[in-house]
Amino acid sequence: MSSMTETTSAANDERSRKLTAGISEGQLLEVSMGPHHPSTHGVFRMDVVLDGERVVKLKPVVGYLHRNHEKIGENNSYLASMPYTDRLDYLCSLTNNWAYALAVETLAGIDVPERAQYLRVITAELTRLQNHSSVIGFLVQDMGASGTPLMYAFREREKILDLFESLTGSRMMCNYMRFGGCRIDLPAGWLDRAKKVVAGFPQFLDEYENLLGTNEILMARTQGIGALSRELAINAGVTGPLLRASGVNYDIRKVDKYGIYDRFDFKVPLGDNGDVYDRYMIRILEMRESIKILDQAMCDIPPGPIMDPKAKIRGFRPKAGEAYGRIEAPKGELGFYLISDGSGNPYRYRVRPPSFVNLTVLEDMCIGNYIADTIAILGSIDIVLGEVDR
Amino acid sequence: MTIEQVQSEIQSAIPGAKVEIILNPSPSAQHSLLLDHEHVLAVATYLRDVSELRLDYCSNVTGIDWLPREKSEKVKVKNLVEGVEQEVEEVHKTVVPGYLEVVYHLFSVEKKHGPVILRLRTEDRAAKVHLPSLTPIWRAAEFQEREIFDLYGVIFDGHPDLRRILMWEGFVDHPMRRDYVEPDDYEYEPTPHDHVLQRSREESGRH
Amino acid sequence: MLGEGIVRGLAETARNFLGSFVSKERLTTVQFPEERLPQAEAARDFPFLVYDGEDWQAGMRCVACQICEKECPPKCIFIEKSKDKKPDALGRAQFYPARFDIDVSVCMSCQICVEVCPFEAIKMDTAFELSTDDRFGGLLWDRQKLALSDAHYHAIHPTDAAHTDELLAAEKAKAEARTKAAVAKASPAPMPQPPAPAAANEP
Repeated sequence: MSSMTETTSAANDERSRKLTAGISEGQLLEVSMGPHHPSTHGVFRMDVVLDGERVVKLKPVVGYLHRNHEKIGENNSYLASMPYTDRLDYLCSLTNNWAYALAVETLAGIDVPERAQYLRVITAELTRLQNHSSVIGFLVQDMGASGTPLMYAFREREKILDLFESLTGSRMMCNYMRFGGCRIDLPAGWLDRAKKVVAGFPQFLDEYENLLGTNEILMARTQGIGALSRELAINAGVTGPLLRASGVNYDIRKVDKYGIYDRFDFKVPLGDNGDVYDRYMIRILEMRESIKILDQAMCDIPPGPIMDPKAKIRGFRPKAGEAYGRIEAPKGELGFYLISDGSGNPYRYRVRPPSFVNLTVLEDMCIGNYIADTIAILGSIDIVLGEVDR
Repeated sequence: MTIEQVQSEIQSAIPGAKVEIILNPSPSAQHSLLLDHEHVLAVATYLRDVSELRLDYCSNVTGIDWLPREKSEKVKVKNLVEGVEQEVEEVHKTVVPGYLEVVYHLFSVEKKHGPVILRLRTEDRAAKVHLPSLTPIWRAAEFQEREIFDLYGVIFDGHPDLRRILMWEGFVDHPMRRDYVEPDDYEYEPTPHDHVLQRSREESGRH
Repeated sequence: MLGEGIVRGLAETARNFLGSFVSKERLTTVQFPEERLPQAEAARDFPFLVYDGEDWQAGMRCVACQICEKECPPKCIFIEKSKDKKPDALGRAQFYPARFDIDVSVCMSCQICVEVCPFEAIKMDTAFELSTDDRFGGLLWDRQKLALSDAHYHAIHPTDAAHTDELLAAEKAKAEARTKAAVAKASPAPMPQPPAPAAANEP
């Protein structure tokens, strides 16, 4: 394969060498960006080497929020890990719940009742809406559009968080799904409120596109910046909107058809150039597809039980074995890998976090760009440090 | 393609490669392939590039620590007891040595299938913890192999940048190992929560 | 034309700004703490112990079975079982918690204790302004501070509380039927069975 030389990290060193050729060591500036830098979305650090304003080398440094989530999972029962998964990607607790529940259900062979499947789809797609809307807000905020776009995005996100609160009891740490279903059924009137919020969402997206979609400053700052090639994106395990912005048609909702995603009619938006602007647009388009899924799901949701009667909440001991379950979280492929030795605690509990793996290509995207662009590029990856550091 | 077919494909394409199927008894039925160190790079390249499989996407890389465990077997032995030959049952205890295991979950973006699961095992848990790195084949393994090096202490030969990633440089132990002993909290301050933690530790049998 | 996009964006901002004078949809700010939004019924913050009747010690539903202590993910509950027994709401002799502490600085409000409790004894409160100047003592809540009346539970979670009452009434009816059957048989009254943990899956 000819592209092989491009995908290895040795290519980065080569590019660094080319950029620094003929420059004496004293002319290069080493900057430690972060960990307490507002644009790094938490405690994330980039060791950057600059020639003037141009990045010639960049090494991400993570681990400031490391709490050994996986060890905690191994010392806790299967059920007790569920609220901990909320705290991985703390913007999208419901999709984290789903991924973990899916892995345990695969491990133990538990079925999920129809209504619970619909509830999962509805909550997960609402999560995607609120994640994407806040992420594009953060992205333009990082590039200097301080306040307005982020506040508009947060205003819409707030409506969804209110829905989460009245369903699950908490705005962000939902702890909603269980092995074999969901914890509680919809309260009275919830579906109508949710329909109203979802019906109002396209108007917000139109307004947002008016606000930013053709903004010349945004386009100048994002188009052609941080382009990621198709080959590198696949080889580096990049997933989610980042992968699809590079033109790769890979959406786990379509590939694995987990849950009941095969019943819904929706498209997978793809980008052409894989630059920051494409990633911004992909998220807007994905929200429109999510609205389509929500409309169908909220229309079709059947009555019925929400928990598999055979599923046990307490004293859950799956048979020995292992399972890998993955879903399309808003940030990419979120997977849980569990090994059971037949006891009440998993022998191995592994989280495959999407934004951690997506960071692999940060240096590839940043070398040769201006230091100010690294912030736009980092914002377009959409990292959450709770998940990166675990 | 079933796991047996993948196994025979590999064996016919790469002569000498040892490929053992590890069965998974759980309902998930995700069986895996145990590879040998010498041929793993050739096998991985083959799996990535061969047109029927095209496993171009390495999703998840993770380590597992298997402690040495005792295996007891009942063996019937003929013994002379007071001059009379008798069949006596004896329990033979053998210690299965521990090892570190690295698991790769492979999918195909092009063919949209998977997972094919590869496993690699180190010889022991102390000195012989070297494994060939698959980062040159799948860049996705770069950070995840660093994480395994950091948390489990597997040394990946051929990794371009093998440093600690989640723990800080200068940290000595590997915290995800099963026998890892938590150090005394150096920022310790007595809190009312202490007795709760104490009891939960006693119950779970940890120190 | 260069700048068209910016002008369009500014027009959108103006629409939102002016709209905020006429439309409630666009003016979402609430001046906390003077103005307060009603809390969602399902809202949860920290657990409390439900008691029936007037006296918190006599009416406490908790029988110190310690299931919640075991299942608590961050291990923030500490229970000491009593040496003696006292009658509960159904008149059966039960243990009670001689000590029941929750370290709310550790509690992560996951409500797994509520889900696993077979006696409907622990529920989630909705009070959230709980800051204290005593970092250690002020955040370790003992059973007296945790005990809140059933009436309070009915006030904050009416739907849930009605459902809980149904479950408890069914339980009570079953227990009464059992004792009646036992009396009818004229055999020595059997030891009352603790209710099966059927309520572990909250509806």
